[in-house]
Amino acid sequence: MSTTTEDRPAPVAEKRSGGVTAAASNYLDERTSISAVVKEFGRKVFPDHWSFLLGEVALYSFVVILLSGTFLTFFFQASMVEVEYDGSYVPLKGVEMSAAMASSLDISFDIRGGLLMRQIHHWAALLFVAAIGLHMMRIFFTGAFRKPREINWVIGFVLFILAMAEGFTGYSLPDDLLSGNGLRIIDGMVKGIPLVGTWISFLLFGGEFPGTAIVGRLYTLHILLLPALVLLFIALHLVFVVVHKHTQFGGPGKTQQNVVGYPVMPVYAAKAGGFFFIVFGVIAFLASFFTINPIWNYGPYDPSPVSAGTQPDWYIGFADGALRLIPPHLEFVLLDRTWSFNIIIPLAALGLFIVLALIYPFIEAWITGDKREHHILDRPRNAATRTAIGAAGLTFYAGLWAAASSDIIATHFMVTMEGVIHTLQAVVIVGPFIAYFLTKRICLALQKKDREIVLHGYESGRIIRLPGGEYIEKHEPIDEYQRWKLVSYHDYKPLMIRPNSRGKISVGQKARASLSRWFFEDRIAPPSRGEIEASHGDH
Amino acid sequence: MFRTSRKAGSRKAGRRSPLASVSLIALGLMLSGGAYALVSSSTAVADTASTATQATVEEGEKLFQANCATCHGLDLQGSDAGPTLIGAGEASVDFQVGTGRMPLQANGAQAPEKPVQFTEEQISALAQYVGSVAPGPAIPEDQYLDAEGDASRGAELFRVNCAMCHNVAGAGGALTEGKYAPALTGVTPTHIYEAMVTGPQNMPVFNDANLTPEDKRDIITALKFQENAVSVGGHPLGSLGPVAEGLFLWIAGMGIIVALTVWITARSN
Ligand code: HEC
Ligand code: HEC
Ligand code: HEM
Repeated sequence: MSTTTEDRPAPVAEKRSGGVTAAASNYLDERTSISAVVKEFGRKVFPDHWSFLLGEVALYSFVVILLSGTFLTFFFQASMVEVEYDGSYVPLKGVEMSAAMASSLDISFDIRGGLLMRQIHHWAALLFVAAIGLHMMRIFFTGAFRKPREINWVIGFVLFILAMAEGFTGYSLPDDLLSGNGLRIIDGMVKGIPLVGTWISFLLFGGEFPGTAIVGRLYTLHILLLPALVLLFIALHLVFVVVHKHTQFGGPGKTQQNVVGYPVMPVYAAKAGGFFFIVFGVIAFLASFFTINPIWNYGPYDPSPVSAGTQPDWYIGFADGALRLIPPHLEFVLLDRTWSFNIIIPLAALGLFIVLALIYPFIEAWITGDKREHHILDRPRNAATRTAIGAAGLTFYAGLWAAASSDIIATHFMVTMEGVIHTLQAVVIVGPFIAYFLTKRICLALQKKDREIVLHGYESGRIIRLPGGEYIEKHEPIDEYQRWKLVSYHDYKPLMIRPNSRGKISVGQKARASLSRWFFEDRIAPPSRGEIEASHGDH
Repeated sequence: MFRTSRKAGSRKAGRRSPLASVSLIALGLMLSGGAYALVSSSTAVADTASTATQATVEEGEKLFQANCATCHGLDLQGSDAGPTLIGAGEASVDFQVGTGRMPLQANGAQAPEKPVQFTEEQISALAQYVGSVAPGPAIPEDQYLDAEGDASRGAELFRVNCAMCHNVAGAGGALTEGKYAPALTGVTPTHIYEAMVTGPQNMPVFNDANLTPEDKRDIITALKFQENAVSVGGHPLGSLGPVAEGLFLWIAGMGIIVALTVWITARSN
């Protein structure tokens, strides 16, 4: 966005001498070829669907995080040296705590604007991950991850994971009771890995938990390594977006070869340029009026107290939930050692889930055998099986996520903790199948409805009495533009099994064909030209 | 006064075993005369420890028989529907009735708080009646209820002793089988103190050996400080921590953001 100023020189300068700005631009351009960039961005087409802005929301929240985080580094001390708190928050005066906690309290109570910055940083972090999540859902359900954008899906997914890591390391920095409890859970998870767990834990914490090293180490990750990686991946991500251009929903005049819409310059420049400030404004609004992470309520970390209602930030919730849902007694004694599977099973399940989501574009491409490029998005209903898979995955995730708040659900809805846990166990295991089935049926029903409308028009609400006394409702044909939207999608068919060069059908081929059948067999073909023309006679 | 409350601790533990409770009852009966003397002699020091006059005790007995005896028995001996109140003490009655938990209405996982059904005089009469049958934890003295102790010490004691059930910010938390530790906002200092010495339902008893009256005063101070402090960070979102924050972010934060993206991409026509 900032590059656009190159195009529009300041009017003051112009008044004095027309040549200066021109010369300056020229000077710049000759050395940087920036005009190419300006042209590229200036002619960038502005998306006409709100969901295309979610990625930008994530980007702008990250900028806010960088700004506020830099402010925090000026005052935060990443040290676990014991100090006696002597700041202005009375209920903690004289309490022994780590320098990290004391400096976070100082940021909150004794540094002007510090609390606002902490709250901006933390709200922005929550928004950042949430925006990434919604953005990913948009990409998934519209099929925007298909060739040539598979790599960019992977890059985006890595960003999602990096964001979670950033959030978790940040959450652990202030060394308050809540963050210490969070680290304790991580410590437990690491120790739950058979054979090597204890060693890894000692390595991470520099000795027995909690030790005196962990905050300093997390700090290095939080402000150096992870932000650098996030920046790198964001840069890669954006380069690919520019190279591939935006996808678009199908519509009249929209083809695989073009991108249709209003150019950014100048129609939407003001709105779009202001979008960063809008996002910043929303974050600042949240941070000004709503408390987040009131560490002074939690007090310093001390391994003995554990608080009821200890939860991680929302984006780690699914992992915490998995630990809460795993049934007890999954351990046995062998060779004089206890082998516990309470931790490793949920870890493996989550790992599998994440890997499947990460490589989904390749899985789908293999099943469908589709090697074409796609720049036109699918309407979710037209890719019924994919939409259903997505719904199943979301149900799985949401069940785990809800489980992280099982205790709060129990107290606030006056139900038993056991009831909540058992219900959510069912949601996580059976829920995805139900969601899959329901979503697929709904998609197919919607496809049928679209077909109906294309062939027979929409119900106009006008009831006509025929001479015979019969009443009918008049159907109006839809206009060309709408019809285009409804019929312009590909009708995929299951792959045919073909023998390979040696005339054999391999096992892989068979598996692939049956997967493909599963993917495509339930479908409603879009009405063909012939059908549409024939149907017009009726009305 | 504390001497009787200290007994409360052993009483609570002993109540589980019938043999122990029999001996305790005997002990209680033996002590009850002494307790009377103690109560009447200490009225000069703590005037809230109301004088157990015969008249109020009798009024309390009537109230008890009308409202409580169905479950707790005519002689406080207990029944299938409610535990014995012998040795429960004035503090327990004052807490249970004063917070509206008693008289119990429906059987559930836990006696819920309801609107209080009796006047202060009636509650005091009930308490004195129960206290007159056998001594137990007494109504706490004013000097521990002023909420002017050491808040930072109290907060630390609270984190160590109470936060695992009531949450660090006193926002409450879930226990198993539908039981819960309630939120501690809006509870009077007297009731907080009484809860500690009597250990209602699933709450453990914190007798004076666990937490001295001074400690209890500090805890009350910390709770009251937290309750009355201005929330410096803005609206506290129920002090429920990351779950409330996450929900709020998704609903309000994301709601606003999505509305704005819709507005921006809307075509001006
Ligand atoms: C419907 C039956 C019922 C009625 C009526 C009832 N209670 Fe209770 N009460 C109970 C039960 C059950 C408990 C045990 C609750 C628990 O611990 O889960 C109890 C507990 C108590 C306790 C705490 C005992 C302890 O050892 O800590 C006190 C004190 C008490 N009740 C006083 C009263 C008084 C005073 C009344 C009359 C105003 C009353 N109750 C009416 C059923 C009843
Ligand atoms: C084992 C969990 C547990 C611990 C530890 C615990 N409590 Fe409780 N607390 C409870 C439960 C359960 C109740 C609800 C009892 C009832 O409803 O009768 C309760 C009730 C209370 C109440 C009454 C609240 C109201 O709304 O009337 C107060 C006050 C209280 N607790 C204070 C404390 C303090 C102070 C401590 C620490 C010294 C503490 N509790 C420790 C479980 C606990
Ligand atoms: C995607 C990126 C990031 C995320 C998701 C993130 C998230 C968080 C979170 C949740 C906290 C806890 C805040 C609290 O409530 O106290 C935190 C603390 C902190 N962050 Fe970040 N952060 C990110 C990037 C950065 C960057 C780039 C910097 C520095 C340039 C930074 C500096 C800090 C500091 C110094 C703290 C500790 C301050 C305190 O706790 O008061 N963060 N971060």
